Amino acid sequence: MTNAMPEPVTLPLSREEPFDPPGDLGRWREEGPIRPMLYADDHVGWLATGYSAVRAVLADPRFSTETTRLHPPISQRARLQALAKLPGFFIREDPPEHTRLRRLLTGQFTVRRMRQLEPRIEKITADRLDAMEREGAPADLVREFALPIPSLVICELLGVPYGDHERFQRDSTTLLSLESSIEQVREAMEDLLDYIRGLVVRKRAEPGDDLISGLIATGRLTDVEIAGASVLMLIAGHETTANMLALGTYTLLKNPAQLAALRDDPSLADAAVEELLRYLTIVHIGPVRTAMEDVEIEGYTIRAGESVTLSLGAANRDPERFDSPDTLDITRQATGHVSFGHGVHQCLGQQLARIEMRIGYPALLRRFPGLRLATPDEEVAMRSNMAIYGVHRLPVAW
Amino acid sequence: MRIKADTDVCIGAGMCVLTAADVFDQSEEDGTVVVLLPEPPADKEGAVRRAVQVCPSGALSIS
Ligand code: HEM
Ligand code: SF4
Repeated sequence: MTNAMPEPVTLPLSREEPFDPPGDLGRWREEGPIRPMLYADDHVGWLATGYSAVRAVLADPRFSTETTRLHPPISQRARLQALAKLPGFFIREDPPEHTRLRRLLTGQFTVRRMRQLEPRIEKITADRLDAMEREGAPADLVREFALPIPSLVICELLGVPYGDHERFQRDSTTLLSLESSIEQVREAMEDLLDYIRGLVVRKRAEPGDDLISGLIATGRLTDVEIAGASVLMLIAGHETTANMLALGTYTLLKNPAQLAALRDDPSLADAAVEELLRYLTIVHIGPVRTAMEDVEIEGYTIRAGESVTLSLGAANRDPERFDSPDTLDITRQATGHVSFGHGVHQCLGQQLARIEMRIGYPALLRRFPGLRLATPDEEVAMRSNMAIYGVHRLPVAW
Repeated sequence: MRIKADTDVCIGAGMCVLTAADVFDQSEEDGTVVVLLPEPPADKEGAVRRAVQVCPSGALSIS
């Protein structure tokens, strides 16, 4: 670069507007797609905010995602180092190890397979709505609806008894909280792994027709790897969709015309889901990658060993890619957003998440046409302190 | 238009199927792309171009 490089920034997390990306990300993107960033361990690496730069890094095999190579973008992230290398945790593996595991799983997550699950997901959704209606208003939408639906679905898919959900819910909350200590993270991960390893042993003896039994049956993975991959899917599979369901509903409640449009015309659901994914971008810290050799990205040289934090939220608001990016418009063509990432690690569960949302939002809005917030906005606690953004609770009435 | 798909590169994300369902499918076995119409009719070309664009792994190309 010939231009003077701006001073390194740190990654902002606190937001002025609950649905907009934090701090100065938008302004920084206007100044340039990539800029120097100070990491929590004093490493000076990079922050990418431009849509095409973010995609370029995520698609480039010269960048690694192995935990041991990554610098922590925020201090709390250092705790991730506590997890160093977990066998089977393929979100943190590079090819070819990553490819081997991912290949064994993609067949289970095809568009067609996921569509076969639709009737089950519709039933689970209707059951939760019945329960909510029985209990009466006000209700916490997170506890009664947004969290149980994806949790029940991923449990069924993996073959994890839902009756144990309090245990893994507690562990996964600890894992995702930026306020947990390294010790707490390590303990939660050990507990979760213990639990799943026990399950794998039982399923080896008595297989079912679930995904974990299926992985055992391939004969190509060790129990330790199966446990690692299962823990990953269990955590990734419910916290993410849960936050989209709750935060998405909150967003719609603040945009009543679009809420009404979606409620009255279910054919809008597909586009609305993509737009809410884009607009809200709940993965608000990273992903992070580290260059394994010097790489040139849009005129910036990322040297071997330097980390790049990819701001998916800023990329999804890039006016070069999306017209009026800061406007929520559930009728726009939002596909191409990077909310599920990009490149070889692009979300394995994205088709499942899409179906859960496509069924969830309209079912909720049609069951409770008078749905409204049952608390002042100031009292809705946002998840700025969690790895996945959203709301902690959403009190609603109808 | 001719579509080429590299199943060694494909990660089975299914974006192609979502974008152009009559042109692409995924194998039951490993979820990688199956091209149903390697030479798609003209009215599908727009959707195919979009699929190539959104494919996260760069497995698809057209000539
Ligand atoms: C709206 C919901 C969801 C969002 C926004 C989301 C987002 C993401 C993102 C951004 C990544 C890429 C991480 C990286 O590049 O480092 C990812 C990967 C992943 N997601 Fe999701 N996800 C969601 C739902 C799910 C569900 C329901 C599952 C269920 C199995 C799941 C399983 C995974 C797995 C296993 C990976 C790792 C893939 C790999 O490394 O090859 N996700 N997700
Ligand atoms: S979109 Fe690309 S990676 Fe995904 S299934 Fe199709 S070809 Fe494979």
